[in-house]
Amino acid sequence: MIQTKELSVYYDRKIVIRDASLTVADGTISAIVGPSGCGKSSFMMALNRMTDLIPRATTTGEVIIDGKDINRSGCSLIELRRTVGMIFQKPNPFPMSIRKNIQLALREHGVRERGQLEKVTEGVLKDVGLWDEVKDRLDGSALKLSGGQQQRLCFARALALEPKVLLLDEPCSALDPLASAHVESLIKKLSGRYTILIVTHNLAQARRIADNLAVFWFKDGAGQIIEEGATELIFCNPQHPTTAAYIAGAKG
Amino acid sequence: MTPETEDSNSERESFLPLTGKGRFSGAVSTVGLWLCAAVVVGLLGWVLFDILRGGFSQLTWEFLSVEPEDAGRAGGISTVLVSTLLILAVALAVAVPISLAAAVELAERNRNRSMFARIVRKSLDVLAAVPSIVFGLFGNAFFCIFLGMGYSILSGGLTLACMILPIMTRLFEQAITAVPNEYRFAASSLGLSKSTTILRVVLPSAAPAMTAGIVLSIGRALAETAALIFTAGSVTRMPESVKDSGRALSVHIYDLAMNVSGGNSKAYATAAVLVVLLLVVNGLATLVIRWSSVETDSWSGVPR
Repeated sequence: MIQTKELSVYYDRKIVIRDASLTVADGTISAIVGPSGCGKSSFMMALNRMTDLIPRATTTGEVIIDGKDINRSGCSLIELRRTVGMIFQKPNPFPMSIRKNIQLALREHGVRERGQLEKVTEGVLKDVGLWDEVKDRLDGSALKLSGGQQQRLCFARALALEPKVLLLDEPCSALDPLASAHVESLIKKLSGRYTILIVTHNLAQARRIADNLAVFWFKDGAGQIIEEGATELIFCNPQHPTTAAYIAGAKG
Repeated sequence: MTPETEDSNSERESFLPLTGKGRFSGAVSTVGLWLCAAVVVGLLGWVLFDILRGGFSQLTWEFLSVEPEDAGRAGGISTVLVSTLLILAVALAVAVPISLAAAVELAERNRNRSMFARIVRKSLDVLAAVPSIVFGLFGNAFFCIFLGMGYSILSGGLTLACMILPIMTRLFEQAITAVPNEYRFAASSLGLSKSTTILRVVLPSAAPAMTAGIVLSIGRALAETAALIFTAGSVTRMPESVKDSGRALSVHIYDLAMNVSGGNSKAYATAAVLVVLLLVVNGLATLVIRWSSVETDSWSGVPR
């Protein structure tokens, strides 16, 4: 489960997200939608403390993932990153072989035994539907794969660590329609096993795959959640006038 | 075209670059650029041609494998070649690890442009522009006299290391900075430690560009004369260890051309060896880069 309570994110004391409270139940998909620049990605980055990488970025409020407050000092960063997998907008496999892409992080987290490594590699590649395409060239460069294949490899790489939560930051927006459809069906397949939060610009996609929806909007100088709830409910009966205009295509 | 410009014909003309005056100045600048390029290539070609014409005929296995005799007028350059390679080895063995560590520190830890990092960068840029003779005097005072190493290959190598450190560090830093941030984000999101990220992801991606940096530094070190005269000396005997004095190729050329009457033809031959050596180093580096890019699939490791 992901739960944020009044989460605010600041870059250099300038607020970008104000008091975002959101709950994603176990095994469900929630989508974050909203116009560009309203802080959707920043919100996502705060959930696995990727904000630590951004100089002078700070957060306030609570983020509880898998029952633990991630900003408490007792919560280990390595453990958090293992529990929370993240997929980025642009596919970013490492410039090494397909096999090493998956096994690098596994080795780092203490899996050393060869048979075990190979088993996990095969398992996650099958999970993302890439096994049949790459099983003969596991030692070939991951950068030789197509964009869609690279993105699915990134999914496999994240899944290898057995996360409980997946954060997907516009995972389809850099892909062509066919590859995008492929990844989308993969996300649907993964729901139930993982708690998924996805940022997307594509309202139709959000409607197709998400159980719940959170609408972000830029208001009073910062990104805020203006409406959240079951996806169908929001699409059929939006409460906030801005949401209504947004899903009707009149705004954003 | 904006509506205002459609009102007047004269203004509209200014939007069409390749008519009348515009086309003429375009042609002039094209010819000018070509001329500049031709002058540069021509000068370099002339130097190269002159060296190879004067020296290539003497390039035999014997020239490379025999010791110099009669102050270099006769014989070969075997001892000089050995000294040069030893000096280079000392310089690289010292400079590469220090540069690498400094570059990682500057690029990975001090991205936030701390005061410290800015001062270090500025100092490196100033040091890189310091004439090599100043490094020679420093090396003589510090390594030869203060540390008591005397005129030796060790002193020369260490002095060259000091000389190439600034440029090498900056080139390494640029190579590391050029690695796409996506890799660092991906590594971080997978819970990889900082050291694993740097050693297993960032540095391998930066390796081709860093190889280019090393080649450039080798070029500088091989070309260096002034700094070595004061530190490595000009003894032509075969060095028994790095504590012996040894004469580098460039020093040999200088000595033959300036101090030894009748040494010009051997100076040409030595220069030809130096040029060929540089070409070989460059060629090897290109091979290394091409070989490693089979893995990364592009020069800088950026995804397609």
